Amino acid sequence: MPTQAPNPPSSTEPSTTPLPEAFAEKLAAGALEAQEGLDQPTWVLHDRSILPEVARELRDNPETRFDLMLDLCGVDFPDREERFEAVYHLYSLPRGERLRLKVPVPEDDAVLPSLIPVWKATNWFERECHEMFGIEFEGHPNLSRLLTHEAFQGHPLRKDYDPARRWILTEDKIYQPKFLELEEGEDDMFERMALNLGPSHPAMHGTFRVMAVLDGESIVDSDLETGYLHRCFEKMCETHTWQQVIPYTDRLNYCSSFINNVAYTKTVEKMLGIEAPPKAIWARMILSEFSRIMDHCVCNGSTLVDAGALTNFWYFFQIREEIYGLLEACTGARLTVSGTRIGGLMQDLPPDFMERCRKLLDIIPEFVEDVEKLIYRNRIWLDRAVGIAAISGADAVDWGWTGPCLRASGVDYDVRRDHPYDDYDKVDFDIPVLQGGDVHDRFRVRMMEIRESLKIVRQLLDRGMPKGSHIVDDPHVALPPKEACYNQMESMIYHFKLIMDGIQVPTGERYDMVEGANGELGFYCISDGSSKPYRIKVRPPCFPLFATFSKLIKGGSLSDVIVTLGGLNVIAGELER
Amino acid sequence: MPTRTPHPTEVRPYRKSLAESLYLTLIPGLFVTLKHFVQNLLGRRASYTIEYPEERREYSHRYRGHHILTTRPDGSVRCVACYLCAQACPAECIHIEAGEHPDENIEKYPLVYEIDMLRCVFCGYCVDACPEEAIIMSNNYDMAYFTREQSIVGKADLMKPFTFDESRLGYRPTFPEEDAQRAEMRREAFDLVAAARSGGAGAGQGEGAHSATG
Repeated sequence: MPTQAPNPPSSTEPSTTPLPEAFAEKLAAGALEAQEGLDQPTWVLHDRSILPEVARELRDNPETRFDLMLDLCGVDFPDREERFEAVYHLYSLPRGERLRLKVPVPEDDAVLPSLIPVWKATNWFERECHEMFGIEFEGHPNLSRLLTHEAFQGHPLRKDYDPARRWILTEDKIYQPKFLELEEGEDDMFERMALNLGPSHPAMHGTFRVMAVLDGESIVDSDLETGYLHRCFEKMCETHTWQQVIPYTDRLNYCSSFINNVAYTKTVEKMLGIEAPPKAIWARMILSEFSRIMDHCVCNGSTLVDAGALTNFWYFFQIREEIYGLLEACTGARLTVSGTRIGGLMQDLPPDFMERCRKLLDIIPEFVEDVEKLIYRNRIWLDRAVGIAAISGADAVDWGWTGPCLRASGVDYDVRRDHPYDDYDKVDFDIPVLQGGDVHDRFRVRMMEIRESLKIVRQLLDRGMPKGSHIVDDPHVALPPKEACYNQMESMIYHFKLIMDGIQVPTGERYDMVEGANGELGFYCISDGSSKPYRIKVRPPCFPLFATFSKLIKGGSLSDVIVTLGGLNVIAGELER
Repeated sequence: MPTRTPHPTEVRPYRKSLAESLYLTLIPGLFVTLKHFVQNLLGRRASYTIEYPEERREYSHRYRGHHILTTRPDGSVRCVACYLCAQACPAECIHIEAGEHPDENIEKYPLVYEIDMLRCVFCGYCVDACPEEAIIMSNNYDMAYFTREQSIVGKADLMKPFTFDESRLGYRPTFPEEDAQRAEMRREAFDLVAAARSGGAGAGQGEGAHSATG
């Protein structure tokens, strides 16, 4: 068992929580209704006007204490009387429990009160929901477009939106924050300068754009623009079969694409009520942990490059190169692996899988040690990182942080231990937690996690490879083996059926999560019983991280912006989907 | 049981020691870089960088690269235009137009078989979907085009014989016990193709392929 589990793992089986006293009255009045038979406790709020009140009660009531707002997902049901539904996924860190709060919204009056005063994390989620569904959030300070551009018209995730439409953005419509338009001398700053960073700046890690106004060296205000890599992943999922979504998930967090595959397939497997065979679970854990190591290497390596320490980047990238070799031998691709299938793995493991993993276990610590010797006590790095972009645990929770960045702020939460999936409850590992909340501690937490991941892999390898198939033996889910397909009529029919019709996922909904390299990576899937998903919402771990970015860099210098961005590990593919 | 609340409202950053403030702790780091420098100089640690394109990385036999349309022993395309690959493709990059095959036992064959390599995501779903082992993948990853039209690769290019070299095959259905036998069959098929083309460049490549696998 993992050490020091603060909470008993809550069961993932359908359950209903008794409503605390404070809500009994609303329940009686019909404003609040508990929905039964779902994967997690679900309440439906029929009276929108009391939403802030209910949310505040949920956060503060000692019986609920839902302090972490994980995700806000909009859903469109054109046939329903109240067309839209806003689905809040909440988590209580002290109690280790989850809650889904659904708020139906009619089309003719699509307004919801903003929940920013309750959870700051809702800020960007509400902006996203607004542009995708056209739901207004009353009291939101800035409901401008986040993922689509300024000339975009319509709400792409509505069911009646035609995905083939194209909108052209002309230069005069490009987003400009107010402060860029100010003339010299219009404010009281001593030496004011507006500066644009990105979107194609090498230090902006992909395609982020930061517009900052500086007074001398320090940043007074900043505004972020995202969406340069937006491809409406969630809309594409709705037009493809469940199996075809797997290659799309590769492109979310492309530094650790295998974890995305696992998170998605696991959700769909739970909806189907099947379980992957032991060998697949074993391999998924090993490859996920290697992917996590790889992701941390990229993050820490590029943070150090941003700070000017190039040597470490080479050491880290040698680790990554070796892990890519393993992934390529298992799945046939290095970056976009598509390594899982619903019900198991893409194909059986290579015969030399064990030896390759053992070799990696020998190599990785060498490089990690070298980096530690170079960096940990290096004053040049310490001066660049200690105390930079510090955020306290309470603030981080308020902003919806999860993962290594949250643990660097002293909040002990890891999905692998608190809601064990696969076989994580059968391996022994520690969750590193530090108190600094700054760039340096985010770096150190990741370094420690690399060692913990190695520990997990070593235990799994010592346990030996489970015997059996790599994929479930269910012709309604997994393609029959090729030999059978060539030689037996029955298998051939199943093969055709499965490819032409796809997997039929029973009607229902499910939110399932794994610990991604950046934090809690969740998939909220809704099925209407057909071969295509009705709605898939990703809970991207770096979305809340980047939403906090303006706050983190305020008051710091420009060079800190670059180090902060590296330390947060914001991945454009996942942020902008 | 430790509790996770209240969440810390203050941060306690790392505090530098005296040695760190005096930059003394940089010295072990300098030894690390010196160690790597000497090791690389003496060639004791293999360098991870390779001199592409003269030197190429060895990929496994599962590599998902440029597609291959396999052939029957007589050199005609194996594909029966059943459209399963086009259906399974998440990128919708396969375009097939079916025609009637002169042999009535075969029914159909593709008149046009095109893959848009710029759309393709190399997921291998087409290989999984194929019930005839008519489409497989090679480990050829260097695809570059000057125009978008060039990136749409047709039947003739997908059937290019050099890719029948065993060492250049990528993701495909595998049958460990039958692999040797199949390799032999492929080689025979290739030889027939080479013979049909009667000498020239094709035969020269064929011998190369034969010796590489044999």
